[in-house]
Amino acid sequence: MAHSDDVQDPTRRDFLNTVTAVVGAAGVGVASWPLISSMNPTADVRLRSTTEVDLAKIKLGELKTVAWQGKPVFILRRTPEQVAAMQASPGGKDPQPDQQRVKQPEWLVVVGICTHLGCVPTHKDEGWVCPCHGSRYDMSGRILRGPAPRNLEVPPYKFLADNKLLIGEA
Amino acid sequence: MGGPIVDWIDRRFPLTSFIKHELTEYPTPRNLSIWWNFGFFAGFMLVLQMLSGLFLAMHYKPDAQLAFASVEHIMRDVNYGWLIRYLHSTGASAFFIVIYIHMARTLYYGSFRAPRELMWWTGQILLLSLMATAFMGYLLPWGQMSFWGAQVITNLFRATPFIGDQVVVWLRGDFSVGDATLTRFYALHFLFPFLICGLVAIHLVALHFVKSSNPSGIDLADKDNIPFHPYFTSKDFYGLGLFLILFCAAVFFRPEFFIEAANNIPANPLQTPPHIAPSWYFLPFYAILRAIPDLLGGVVVMTLSILVFALMPYLDRSKIPGGSRYRPFYRAMFYVFAVDIVVLSYVGGQPPTDSMALVGQAATLIYFSLFVFLPYLSVKEEAWLRKRGLPPAVVAMLASEDAQRAAAGAQR
Repeated sequence: MAHSDDVQDPTRRDFLNTVTAVVGAAGVGVASWPLISSMNPTADVRLRSTTEVDLAKIKLGELKTVAWQGKPVFILRRTPEQVAAMQASPGGKDPQPDQQRVKQPEWLVVVGICTHLGCVPTHKDEGWVCPCHGSRYDMSGRILRGPAPRNLEVPPYKFLADNKLLIGEA
Repeated sequence: MGGPIVDWIDRRFPLTSFIKHELTEYPTPRNLSIWWNFGFFAGFMLVLQMLSGLFLAMHYKPDAQLAFASVEHIMRDVNYGWLIRYLHSTGASAFFIVIYIHMARTLYYGSFRAPRELMWWTGQILLLSLMATAFMGYLLPWGQMSFWGAQVITNLFRATPFIGDQVVVWLRGDFSVGDATLTRFYALHFLFPFLICGLVAIHLVALHFVKSSNPSGIDLADKDNIPFHPYFTSKDFYGLGLFLILFCAAVFFRPEFFIEAANNIPANPLQTPPHIAPSWYFLPFYAILRAIPDLLGGVVVMTLSILVFALMPYLDRSKIPGGSRYRPFYRAMFYVFAVDIVVLSYVGGQPPTDSMALVGQAATLIYFSLFVFLPYLSVKEEAWLRKRGLPPAVVAMLASEDAQRAAAGAQR
């Protein structure tokens, strides 16, 4: 007859071993969280996670490149003709209407990092050309030709006032 | 042996018996060729990298504002700083050359086969650790290639399902490679060599348990083994002399050969260099990454291209000993693989045009087909070789193995 409080009971010992292992593993997991979390961006880096831009000085047709989170962001003030041309075009291999890519048709705001391997494209008359592998983007930052798979990314941004743009928060 | 002090130690610590067992009486096959020197060279390179790295660390500053200038400071102002830095930068390439030859020898002579699977696998973990160490070290000079190389490679972790973007930010400690990334890479670059030392100890314990393989692939009789010391200590050091002549020639006459010109420009997050390529020792894997048009697919296939080596003890099903020595098919496959690696390295270093991509995809296909067809080809080859007739020593070895297997079967 087996008593459940028998010291020799092997199933009881297995249970204790399992419980010890599980509690120990959970403890190690919880204890390592502060260490893992410490590797995330620090408070000062997070503070710099938005960039404010003064739009008053940008003339019609002019491009301004600003740094946001260490990445270049292109701000292009488009002429009415350019806006009309972009709204008429469906884009290239990653089609998207121009209206979905801008908040105000005049202002195009895109992250200036080629979606292929992360180079910074150069501004040309028809849009942008990546110096690395020749991807071509239009005035809406949409990919037309070349190895890049996607359009230039649109960062979260909002207009604080007519002449003030905040990048990093929608 | 040796005096009262050694006696005193021997009563408390197995000093003399350890030296006897692992060095002066450690049995080593007498037919080891120069290709068996490369494990020793790898150990030497590890020590040299840790030593030169330690002295660089006394002058280097892991801060995005100061790093580039502190490397120039080492090059210009520190006594012999140029020598220590060139030893370290050339040493990284020399380390990979040595390790790749060490691996090629293992593949060529079939040294990965039973009972040496654990040597092969610990070696593979060592290779991955070495790659991680080299990659993190490459960021430290904070030049354009350093920066953009780290940017492109950390970007690969975006392929992580669901939390890819968070993983990349966590790895970098910033939204793009920045000061936090540099500092943590420096900390890990300093730590990893110590982990590598521990792994090397495991690798060596396994080696001294199963003993060295040899070019014939046949387990030698006792009379064909000779003590490691002085025979192989002298052979290893002789080889090291030859190796150091070549290494010093590179350090003193072509130190910039292994340093990309673009890395003499300080890191600039807003401008990419016209062409980004990783260091030469990553090129074949970079070519495989780019051969797959999809990011996640590319990362998976590139990882597989390194991990697939672990399966070699099971993929190679031939019982014929000695790897390529007695096996013409296997030898041919080895050379095809070697040429394929050279082609992949070339493709990985070129700008990705359409025709280059095609060559890269073909070479990637060949790379994996060699592994996929090895089980079938190795069995076919063994049957063909047995029919054609084998050298007497090999026949005797196979017969004794068959007898052992039959005896084991009868017992059961």
